[in-house]
Amino acid sequence: MVEIALPANSKIDKGVVHAAEGTIANPRTLKIYRWNPDDEANPRVDTYTIDADDCGPMVLDALIKVKNEVDSTLTFRRSCREGICGSCAMNIDGQNTLACTKGLDDVKGDIAIYPLPHMPVIKDLVPDLSNLYAQYESIEPWLKTDTPTPQGEWKQSKEDREQLDGLYECILCACCSTSCPSYWWNSDKYLGPAVLLQAYRWLADSRDEKTGERLDDLEDPFRVYRCHTIMNCAKACPKGLSPAKAITEIKKMMVERTV
Amino acid sequence: MSDMRTPLSRVRGLGSAKKGTEHFFMQRVTALANIPLMLFLVGALVVHAGSDYATMTAFLGNPFIGLIMLLLIVSAVYHMRLGLQVVIEDYIHGEASKLLALIANQFFAFTIGVACILAVLKLVIG
Repeated sequence: MVEIALPANSKIDKGVVHAAEGTIANPRTLKIYRWNPDDEANPRVDTYTIDADDCGPMVLDALIKVKNEVDSTLTFRRSCREGICGSCAMNIDGQNTLACTKGLDDVKGDIAIYPLPHMPVIKDLVPDLSNLYAQYESIEPWLKTDTPTPQGEWKQSKEDREQLDGLYECILCACCSTSCPSYWWNSDKYLGPAVLLQAYRWLADSRDEKTGERLDDLEDPFRVYRCHTIMNCAKACPKGLSPAKAITEIKKMMVERTV
Repeated sequence: MSDMRTPLSRVRGLGSAKKGTEHFFMQRVTALANIPLMLFLVGALVVHAGSDYATMTAFLGNPFIGLIMLLLIVSAVYHMRLGLQVVIEDYIHGEASKLLALIANQFFAFTIGVACILAVLKLVIG
């Protein structure tokens, strides 16, 4: 059954307050979820106040500033700092997004930062996404053909190529899947918006010759049909894509081959 | 963790059920059918507000009205069964309790449906 209350060891304690040293021109306060697997303590929310005038404009800049100057134990993933790698996906101000493309100015007041929701936490802001990556692997995200590979390249018309717009841009940051209540309750069987958008990316590819087999593998009450068009995915996507629309397209293909 | 299966093995699990589309499609078909049927029911109830027992039995005993009522019962109960199934699958995670709930849902829907049909038939056929 659904758990209404958090288990005792997941209750969030009041954390450490790291006050700013001296007077600062433009104080911003970050409230950051902390959890360390190496001690027995419950998770807590630590408070850090930084000078936004002495910091880059994005939430990721503030996190890096805290790690460099205040608390080197703060743990988070980051890499490209320009919204293309998806590493710094986290829940900022109640919304799953990328820390590197979310401006400090986009948030009013204190900035609450938590890991992506409903995933096991490895440490602090780092979620364990191995289930999602396995789900991605399960949809076999590569071109599958029986026709011998041509000399040169697989050709595609301009119109067919356009079918992949709004799909190929996905960076697999998992903001959408971890915002989806259906994925929270059934992530063991439901593939979730991110993986289904990727699945549709291959269904929509005019060069792929395994569309039927791909649909066979997806057609399942849990793998696809746990999507109840809640639409959190489309709201969360930091790249402005709509996984919900991609899932609807999959359902349309399923119906089309049935009726 | 005692489960040493790989994540991919767990995700693939027992494989695809290769069904689910009919459930999805019929839920929408019955939803579509329910719109005019429910509107008719609400309209009929409004028109007959305050009517006595004899008027109501005569109204529902009319074969054409009875036909609409039977269609409404079949469509609404079918829709209810499909919808409740989704709720059970969403929220009940123990395999045994899920199976029991799904069976109970079937029994409940059939019982309600057949009881309603019997009532309408009694009024129409007498």
